This record gives sequence, structure tokens and C-alpha cells, in this order.
Amino acid sequence: MVFEIDAKDLHYRELNQQIRKAIAEGAKHLVIKHVNGHRYLAAGVSAEVDIDVYGVPGLDLGAFMRGPRIRVHGNTQDGAGNTMDEGKIIVEGMAGDVVGYAMRGGKIFIASDVGYRVGIHMKSYMDKIPVLVIGGKAGDFLGEYMAGGIIVLLGLNSRYPERPLAGMFLGTGMHGGVIYVRGHLPETQISPVLKIEEIDDKDKATLENILIEYAKDLNFDLEEIWKEKFFKIKPKTHRPYGKLYAY
Amino acid sequence: MNPQKETKAKPKRKKVQFSKLYPDFYIERDWDKCIKCKLCIRECTYEAHGWDDKRETLTEDHSKCVGCHRCEATCPTGAIVIKHHPSRFREHDTWKPWFIKNVYKQADTGGVLLSATGCAVPFRNYWDHLVLDACQVTNPPIDPLREPMELRTYLGPKPDKVEVVLENGKYHLKQKPGPWIKLEVPIMFAAMSYGAISLHVHQGLARAAKDLGTLYNTGEGGLHASLYEYGSNTVVQCASGRFGLHVDYLNAGVAIEIKIGQGAKPGIGGHLPGEKVTEEISKTRMIPVGSDAISPAPHHDIYSIEDLRGLIYALKEATEYKKLVFVKIAAVHNAPAIASGIVRAGADAVVLCGLRGGTGAAPTMFRDYVGIPIELALAAVDERLRQEGIRHWASLIVSGGIRCSADVVKAIALGADAVYIGTPALIAVGCTMCGRCFTGKCPWGIATNNPELIKRLDPDTAYEKIYNLVHGWAHEIQELLGAMGLNSIESLRGNRDKLRAVGLNEVELRILGVKHAGE
Repeated sequence: MVFEIDAKDLHYRELNQQIRKAIAEGAKHLVIKHVNGHRYLAAGVSAEVDIDVYGVPGLDLGAFMRGPRIRVHGNTQDGAGNTMDEGKIIVEGMAGDVVGYAMRGGKIFIASDVGYRVGIHMKSYMDKIPVLVIGGKAGDFLGEYMAGGIIVLLGLNSRYPERPLAGMFLGTGMHGGVIYVRGHLPETQISPVLKIEEIDDKDKATLENILIEYAKDLNFDLEEIWKEKFFKIKPKTHRPYGKLYAY
Repeated sequence: MNPQKETKAKPKRKKVQFSKLYPDFYIERDWDKCIKCKLCIRECTYEAHGWDDKRETLTEDHSKCVGCHRCEATCPTGAIVIKHHPSRFREHDTWKPWFIKNVYKQADTGGVLLSATGCAVPFRNYWDHLVLDACQVTNPPIDPLREPMELRTYLGPKPDKVEVVLENGKYHLKQKPGPWIKLEVPIMFAAMSYGAISLHVHQGLARAAKDLGTLYNTGEGGLHASLYEYGSNTVVQCASGRFGLHVDYLNAGVAIEIKIGQGAKPGIGGHLPGEKVTEEISKTRMIPVGSDAISPAPHHDIYSIEDLRGLIYALKEATEYKKLVFVKIAAVHNAPAIASGIVRAGADAVVLCGLRGGTGAAPTMFRDYVGIPIELALAAVDERLRQEGIRHWASLIVSGGIRCSADVVKAIALGADAVYIGTPALIAVGCTMCGRCFTGKCPWGIATNNPELIKRLDPDTAYEKIYNLVHGWAHEIQELLGAMGLNSIESLRGNRDKLRAVGLNEVELRILGVKHAGE
């Protein structure tokens, strides 16, 4: 059964209360209409539930959440998937800054561009490997301090054809995880603590899994995606501070 | 210069390590008393004691001694004394041995100087220049053994006014206040992560907090499964690394502390070296075994007070407004303006951590020279919040350099609601302040998670010692309050008239808002 909430005239606090109430009453599929900058949508929600969002969610969509599958029929503002634990966020448009900050699990699929500081300090633990796929281009500091997980940058569906795939300071301080990039990044853009390599069969299998799901969710042409070569960016060391100190 | 850049190995050349030539400590062994039981070898985790098979005798490597006194304390015959090394450089008031030896260390390694504990520079300690009042003749002191004495404190925003309504012939509050956190004693245990200190110490802190009616703080290392039962006495921390931070963790305690900075190292992040990330730590932090746990300098989702408000309310939403949100900052030059922003951003408590705040690892230059003393920061922040009429919107908790119950009383008189103590709690469980926490080899079983070493301090002992310390301080605070003629800690808060300064200048007096003794 689909449970519908009209967010018009609701404060985010009321909206979240209604979301939690509906989930507590057993709703498995929520449709939220007229979302207009409502912050913290489904923040901290720990449940298996599908949420369709129409409009533009505000700050920290799905922060700390564990389980919900959110589809945004539109763009989303900053902080989507902040420190999220499990679940999925699909954004049919663009996302703002700081997407997936410190996320530990789950998936975030963005159809188009993202802003600055995306995927910072993503981490993985045991079978929890967070995945962030960006259909468009990314701003500065993509994957900074990355400690684990996978970022895939496609550069396909961008509003800014003149811009490079990713901004400056890509993967600064990265010490774990991997960033897959479709197409070539200039060497000058890669910090000296990182290495860029062609993908191998294992990478290809990993990517295929992710991209099949992504293409299905967001209506991408999988063949088109594979037309360009992928490269992987990894840190040279997992212990960047290992030799820093004297005592 | 990049210290990480490895220099190509040239043909072997013996490298002189100047820093090893002049040890800080000297291991003196009384051969008449020594029975060669070799316990010192087993107890010393730094391998300062050795055994010479040929000569069948014990040996010492003074350069490896860190001055923890473990061997001295455990030697069954009392044969060992750890002394300052008698060898001295030529006297020089500028080039003290500390600076000479630090230069040697860096010349040897090319690294950043690392230290533990808090600021070791003898800047003026304002606690030591403040004295308390007492009643004489005109108003009688109160004896806490004879009369009730209230140390209870409530943390959280207080209403602008109290509105009472009459319903069915009974008065009650129009709006239910809170949530508040009730502290039976205004002394809480500061954030020290599981990882930095052992699980046994955490268990001791948690149990002591529960029995004392106060709070302990998880630090940023997540919460060990065995400690969830102490939730009502727990503050969970949300730092930039977001280690072990998930919904259950956020809901586990009574408050969530957003750690922006700490007094020992304002402006920089932290990192737990891979060596200390053991199996258990890895589970709690939710990171792979052996990987560095790096906390970036800022939270990268907070670049402004508006962003801070974003995170405060994200946490409140995620926990359905059942938890208080604290924001902890290091005491820096602009602390009053920042604190005002924090309060206006919606924090329920501001935590100020001063220059002398302790740590398990900080670059020495930060530990010693970054940040301002807590006494000045506290006075300035309290004053600023009062001027703006928002002091009651949030509680004020201070930490960094509280050494005794009188320091607690002075802090409250300067305007704090409560204090955090870290170092005193560790000293209570046997820490000798040797300052080598970052090696993970703590011979006292405190700042380590080596499975063998943590056995040296069991959770029951940790609990008992920490409980005793705060119990003693609480009674002293009652006596000091009684002597001032006060019967509740509430009457002391921000009551600077109960303080007088000795030997401070006009500027210091103005900032502290305290009169000079004799005035």
C-alpha cells in the first residue's frame, strides 16, 4: 500500500514525525509530494522502506539512516546521505555539496552533477562497502580523506560540458577505497599520494555490478557507459601518517 | 620537504642518533637489594631493562626509559629508583635541555614532535592566583555533615521565564521543561576514546559515572558493545572522523557531543595509528584492523555556524529530540563570539576545552602553544553570553587543566555549569604522566589495548579508584560551599564575588571579572 504525505505547509520536524509514524504503522512505500527544501528527510530512520520524494529535499537527506530506499524525483540540496549506514538514495537530478560524507554503507546514485566535497571520508567495514555513483561531474575535493568504499564518476550527464570531470584536490589525504573514473584525468590533477591505473578484470566485475544497477535505476544506456575507458585511483599507502612523527 | 618521501638507501653508513645519547632518566639499581628476579624486564614495555647472559646480570638502557616508574613500583625488593639523568648540559636559560633534545630528535628523524598530556609550558595558571571566600562572624558557615548541601546540576537550556497555569485547582508548569540531564555532582569524565585508553578504563569510567550520578564521554572511538547498558550516564561523541557512529550509537547515550576541537590540539584533527587498531577496536570504530583512523581537522560538513546548526538539528532529528546536543570547542582567541554562535545554532551545552587539556597524542607545538587558558576563556565566554542575554539557552561545561576540587569550585564561580576531568581520572587509575600514550605500550595498562597489558588494570580497580576520587572531591566541594555560606552549587554559579585574585594585573582582573584580594 502506498502511503502519501503532502509536505506542503509542513515544517521538516512535522514531516519527519509523519514519516516515522507511517513507518511505525507498517507503511512500506511512502510518497512525499511538494517537498521544498525540507531538511533531514528520513534522518536516523532505521527501517526497510521505499520513499519516493517529489520536489527538492533540503540539507542532510537521509543522514545517519539505516535501510530506507529513497528516490528523489528532482534535485537535492547539500549533505545527502551524511554518515549514512545502509539503504539507498537515488537522485534523478543533481545533488549539492558534501554528498555521502563519512558514509559507511549503502548506495547513493546521482544522475547528474554533484558539488564540492563529495564522498569525503567514506569508509568501509567488513561487508559494508558504500558505493557512490555520479552520472555527471564533481566539484573540488572529491573523495578527500577517503578511507574505504567506491566512488564512480561517469561525467556523462553533466550540465557543464566545459568543466573537467572532477575539480581540484581530488582524493587529497585518501588512504583507502577506490575512485573509478570514466575517461582520462590529467596527471596534474592527481595528488602525489595517489596512483592512477587502468582497471583490471576484478575492477571490471565490480564496476559491472554497480553500473548495471545504476543504469537500470536511472535509465542510462549501459553500452554508452562502457564506450569510454575506466581508470581507477587508489592511495599509494594506507598509512599516510606512518612516518610523520618524532618522539 | 616531504617527510614521507623515502630517501634511497645508499651504501651503509652508520647513522648517529644524537637523541639517544642523552637520556632523560636514569635507572638506578641497588645491587645489594636486587635478587635478579627479572620482573623489571617483564614489566618494562620499553625494553629499558635487559639481561646479559654472559655476565649473568641485569642491564639498563637509560635511553629507553620513559620515566613511567613501573619497574620501581613493582620491584619486589625496592631495588630500583628512577631518577632524572644526572648528566647535564651547560646551564643556559634559553637553550634548556628540552629544546636541545627536541632539535636532536627532529634532526634524527625529520618528523613532527609528538607529545601526550597537556601543555607543559609554565604559563600563568590562573587557578593558582584565585582564592575563595569564607564566612566569618557576620554569616555562619554551613557544615555539610549537619545540613543538606546540594551539588545537583541540570544540564540543558533553561526557559526564559517560568509560566504556571491553574487547572482543576492545581498549579503546574505550562510547558514541560527539558529534556535535561541531571548531574548529582558537577564533575563529568572527559572524552577519551576507546582506542586511546583501554576498555577496562572505559568500563571503570562508565560504572563510576553511573554510581556517582554523572556522565562519562565515549570520545570519538565508538561505543563498545559492553557499555551500552550505561547509556543513561553516557555522552556519545560525533567527531569529524565519524568512527563507529550509527543510529544505535547516537541513541545510546543521553547527549551527543559534536567535537569541533580540543584544547590539547586546537585546529587539527587526530589520528589513531594503525598499530593501535586491534580486532576489538576495529569492531567498535568500524574500520579495518591495522588501518590509521584519521579524523580530519574540520568536519567537512561544517564550515560555518549555519552549517553547525545543520548538524545539530540533523542529530536532533535523527534522535527525535530526545538527546541533548553539546558542542565542544578548544578555547581560542575568539571563543566568546564562537560560543555565542554555538548557542544560537541550537546547542544545549557549550563545552570549552582549554590550553592545558590533556591528550594521548598531539604535536608538541600544538599542545604547548595553541589555544588559551581555560580560566580566561571561561570568564570571557560566560560574560559574553550574559551580555547577550543568552546564557540560559545553553549550559557551559569546561575542561582542560582541572586538578583538584578547588579548581572545580573556582570554575563554577567563574560561570561554568559543570566540568569535565580527564587527566585526574587517569592519574587516579595509576597514570604517572610519563606522556607516551601514543606508543600503545602503556606499562600501567591504561593507554593501551595490548591484550596482555590491559590485564595490568582490571575494571573493578579502575571503577573503585575513579569513584573514590570524585567522591572525595564532591565532599570537599560541599565543605568549600559550606564555608562560603552557600548550600547549593546553583548559588555559586557565576558568583565571581566569591573569588579574589592574588598577584594578577588589571587586564587579567578585568577579563576574569574578579576583584583583587584586599578589595
